Amino acid sequence: MSAEAQSATGNVVTASDLSLRFDTNDGAVHALSDIDLTIQAGDFVSLIGPSGCGKTTLLRVIADLETPTSGDVQVNGVSPQQARLARAYGYVFQAASLYPWRTIARNVALPLEIMGLDRKERRARVERNLELVNLSGFEKKYPWQLSGGMQQRASIARALAVEPDLLLMDEPFGALDEIVRDHLNEQLLQLWDKTNKTVVFVTHSIPEAVFLSTHIVVMSPRPGRIIDIIESDLPKDRGLDIRETPEFLAIAHRVREGLRQGHSYED
Amino acid sequence: MSRIEKFLLLLACVTGLLSLFVYPLNTAGEGIASSPKLQVFCGLTLMIVAVGYALEETVLRYRLLAGIAICAVSLFGAWTLIAWLGIAADTSALAAESAQSGPGAGFWTASVAAWALGWLGVEQLAAVMSRNRLLQLVLRVVIPIVFGAWLLIIWELVTRGLSVPQVLLPSPSAIAERFANSTATLWVDFKQTFLKAVLIGYSMGCLSGFLVALLIDKSSFLKRGLLPVGNLVSALPIIGVAPIMVMWFGFDWHSKAAVVVIMTFFPMLVNTVAGLSAADHMQGDLMKTYAASYTQSLMKLRLPQALPFIFNALKINSTLALIGAIVAEFFGTPIVGMGFRISTEVGRMNVDMVWAEIAVAAVAGSVFYGLITLIERMCTFWHPSFR
Repeated sequence: MSAEAQSATGNVVTASDLSLRFDTNDGAVHALSDIDLTIQAGDFVSLIGPSGCGKTTLLRVIADLETPTSGDVQVNGVSPQQARLARAYGYVFQAASLYPWRTIARNVALPLEIMGLDRKERRARVERNLELVNLSGFEKKYPWQLSGGMQQRASIARALAVEPDLLLMDEPFGALDEIVRDHLNEQLLQLWDKTNKTVVFVTHSIPEAVFLSTHIVVMSPRPGRIIDIIESDLPKDRGLDIRETPEFLAIAHRVREGLRQGHSYED
Repeated sequence: MSRIEKFLLLLACVTGLLSLFVYPLNTAGEGIASSPKLQVFCGLTLMIVAVGYALEETVLRYRLLAGIAICAVSLFGAWTLIAWLGIAADTSALAAESAQSGPGAGFWTASVAAWALGWLGVEQLAAVMSRNRLLQLVLRVVIPIVFGAWLLIIWELVTRGLSVPQVLLPSPSAIAERFANSTATLWVDFKQTFLKAVLIGYSMGCLSGFLVALLIDKSSFLKRGLLPVGNLVSALPIIGVAPIMVMWFGFDWHSKAAVVVIMTFFPMLVNTVAGLSAADHMQGDLMKTYAASYTQSLMKLRLPQALPFIFNALKINSTLALIGAIVAEFFGTPIVGMGFRISTEVGRMNVDMVWAEIAVAAVAGSVFYGLITLIERMCTFWHPSFR
């Protein structure tokens, strides 16, 4: 049974009654409270909300980088830890976090080395994924020789090289300027269309969330909880121009309403 | 022309004129006519001054040529002055003690002129702007050599011109002579102290510091227990430890290597421990998402990240090791070794031999340090301080 066959039909991520409490010196912080969420194969799900609403924490729980206090999470039908050990997902962080002593090619090859793939396979995957993010020809460059946008693209190639069916992205374009961000958003959509992966995407930009997603999860802070899950009926094949259409603006409006409902605009 | 260059030109001009026409060359009252070569030097000095004033624009355009010419004249002057000191010493030895003649005011003004030219020449060379890689490299080597040469020249002129007693400060030429005459002894000492005590102690100290740091990293028990003890070891005074090491490991180099191990262990330990936690959380999380094992994340992330710290310790230790080994030899040693030689020759008032040993230590220490820096550059080329 291949992972693809399994994920093509079933739920990739299911969370029920999920809560997470951090015990700090200033008392307990409820980062997540009673989260119920189902993500199906092929979905592009955005988690949106103001800072401190737990969207990153939720992503980290799915990635087994945090352990929930109570409730149940399953990734590909198993626990997050088992999924992590089976390398079921690729994770893209807020910063590119490339290793400066490795060239771009060797950075992309890093997870493959850890997985123990042979040299030939590594080279093929590096070549394929760098091409996917339009970075062919930069294999021998070092990260610090590239612009911020190119570095982030390299880090996406690194996550894709693992060839996971699930891609977890934590504000990957947050540190980039709007022009580069638009461009990368478009590329990401094409990539998702081409590879048919499931994507969970954390952002605090409403246009970004609406433009990219099939499902938008609106969250609110103190305690971190889900306010609304909006299903988008925009066509899968969309260009940047769609952001001017009434349909797009209607969804954006609903997201904004959800955020207001969660008192996200107060204080 | 900058202010300093104008001042140096003026200085060279005044002192050159004084030597040529006013002051006598030696205390017996002979003029500069008694030394044709010095006359030539003073003439050249005045010529440079004249050219510098008259053709300022042209000189500034050809700084490289000007710099080479000025340095050459200044070194010629220095060489002539030192040679003259030798002749003066010979003739005064031939003559009776009563007729002894030392360098006079004219000699000193000529020395100042040569020194001012030397400075001016280096100033010109340092101001050369060139895109030529080879020229840049040559200048990077030549400028410190001329600079260092002038330090030695001043040392030589002062010690011999003022007849400073050997015991206080021997002249560089006396040290060089002693060096050349006792290379066999110096080599044996070098072998004993540097090639055995320093290198072996250094390798053992650094390696054990590194390995213990890895152990500490793995276990919080050791981190709490061993790190403070390591701290204690670093606080031990080597003056106190060295005699004990001699009692434990005997008179030969083993006890000196032990002192070096004690001195180098701790810097390597703390630096490596700090370096291993230098990776940020995101880089660590990345390894976790790959389900990397402890060894994998150590080899692929944390050790490379720790390299700048480790090289820091290697550099600090390279100087510590040399000091430790030399000082440790003051507390009992077979009749060989750099520290042994220094302590015994000082007792015999053979200060030139002490200086020869110091020279060996300085050169060996610098080369050692330079080698480590070179390797560091190759290994940590990616670090923001190099790239």
